[in-house]
Amino acid sequence: MEKNEAMKPDHQIIIDIVHEGAHVLDLGCGNGELLSLLRQHKNALVQGIELDEEQMHTCVENGLTVLQGDIESGLVDYPDQSFDYVILNQIMQEIKKADYVIQESLRLGHKVIVGFPNFAHLSARLTLFLSGKTPINEALPYYWFETPNIRFLTIRDFIDYCAKKSITIEQQYYLGKNGRISFLPNLLAQNAIFVLTK
Amino acid sequence: MKKDSLGIIHTQYFTFAEPPHPLQLKSGRSIGPVTIAYETYGKLNADKSNAILVCHALSGDAHAAGISPDDKTPGWWDDLIGPGRALDTRQYFVICSNVIGGCKGSTGPSSINLETGKPYALDFPMITIADMVEAERHLVDHLGIDKLLCVMGGSMGGMQTLQWASAYPDRVLAAIPIATALKHSPQQIAFNEVIRQSIMADPAWRKGYYYEHGQPEKGLAVARMIGHITFMSDQSMEEKFSRKLKNDNLSFQFTDDFEVEGYLRYRGYNFVKRFDANSYLYITKALDYFDLSGEHFIPNVKKTTVRFLVISFKSDWLYPSYQSQDIVRALKRKHAYTTYFDLISTYGHDAFLIEIEDETRLVKNFLANIHQR
Repeated sequence: MEKNEAMKPDHQIIIDIVHEGAHVLDLGCGNGELLSLLRQHKNALVQGIELDEEQMHTCVENGLTVLQGDIESGLVDYPDQSFDYVILNQIMQEIKKADYVIQESLRLGHKVIVGFPNFAHLSARLTLFLSGKTPINEALPYYWFETPNIRFLTIRDFIDYCAKKSITIEQQYYLGKNGRISFLPNLLAQNAIFVLTK
Repeated sequence: MKKDSLGIIHTQYFTFAEPPHPLQLKSGRSIGPVTIAYETYGKLNADKSNAILVCHALSGDAHAAGISPDDKTPGWWDDLIGPGRALDTRQYFVICSNVIGGCKGSTGPSSINLETGKPYALDFPMITIADMVEAERHLVDHLGIDKLLCVMGGSMGGMQTLQWASAYPDRVLAAIPIATALKHSPQQIAFNEVIRQSIMADPAWRKGYYYEHGQPEKGLAVARMIGHITFMSDQSMEEKFSRKLKNDNLSFQFTDDFEVEGYLRYRGYNFVKRFDANSYLYITKALDYFDLSGEHFIPNVKKTTVRFLVISFKSDWLYPSYQSQDIVRALKRKHAYTTYFDLISTYGHDAFLIEIEDETRLVKNFLANIHQR
């Protein structure tokens, strides 16, 4: 599809990944922005799970189906391979049982799309090294005392994890400040998006 | 903006299952003829695609909206149904009927048995939620509607909604079960048993054959008082009554010192005037028999296309949120695309009749997008 200037770069990548007419589950779908785009551009059949009531109301206003619940309990009871894609975008750093959620997502989706901020980005490394402070940048915009993030992970951490758990990384996308990059991603990428299969 | 009113609404009657074709019931027995009292609001469109069936709760009736011609009372969901409201009658054709077994115009234990010329009383066959839905299905057929845009209701109305989606998934586009359950829990059965026992313990009940003598007033009033306790939450009772006294001092007698006692007595004795004790027995039994769990839910269908909006209320302890979450789990297993809200409210089970603002917002937006993929 054509590049849309207003669209968030990670959303643009995910829309390009998802095939036409796909069944999609978005865990922590927020106000449903990504799901609306997937429905609009890829005619996807979409289901969201979200905890925040006000964000859920926005989903319903936009005609999206959304379940109130946390991610861990939201996954159970779906039959195996219920969806073509399960999306975990910008949520890995907030969930408690990360390994469980990824494994369950692989059970109920043919493919799992994971997007997260890279804690090993150059600016984060420099902040920690030079100032001795917890890094704050575009991908990690919170002070320690107000952040929803309960863990920090890097691109290399995630690749190691997939290797250890025998999870296949089908595709990977790295986003720098000005768009996609491929050179030294663990140093230069602010965000990473992986497409996983079992 | 002031919303228009539907004005005076007249209840209509539909009779079916005339001999020799009685309505077959789940108990194995049959009954006929059957009359169903119903009301409609709005206009059925040319292709009959805008019909919404609203199902009432335990003590409800067909008068869901508008003003009744006799005592001018508004319908029990009047805030939700009407021009410009969640179920916008300028757009939708809304139907509400009194359940079979009821006492508000539909055939029930207080109706005359044509074979004896007397009220059925306990000769009336046991009724289930599925039987209620069968009667509604006959009404919907009679109105010439092949597919309902939506079925919705709270509490027992939610059970009928689930039963509709389960028995007739091809005849329902969307379903909105509110504050309800896939099956009655032992706690819910227990409350209903105490309710039934309080009616049957009243000597005036006369083993059900009381119609020549009048209602078992004391038993029915106590039954309703129990019900009202379960409809409220600890917090809503605190806010409504606290420990406020009816008079300034404690009486040191067994009178209703506290406002909460006065409220329950008032509610109980008012109920006696408007509801048949045997209907209360039959309908509570129908609730207890209800079980759509496991294989019973949308049987023989791997994926359902019915769109669901499931709503529960956090302070509802009669139909707790976990029961709605059980519905959502069952729907996941059927690959149903489902919206579920566990709404914040302090009103307990009564919330489904009170939290109109949240319900309006959700139902309106849900229905507006119902044809979207």
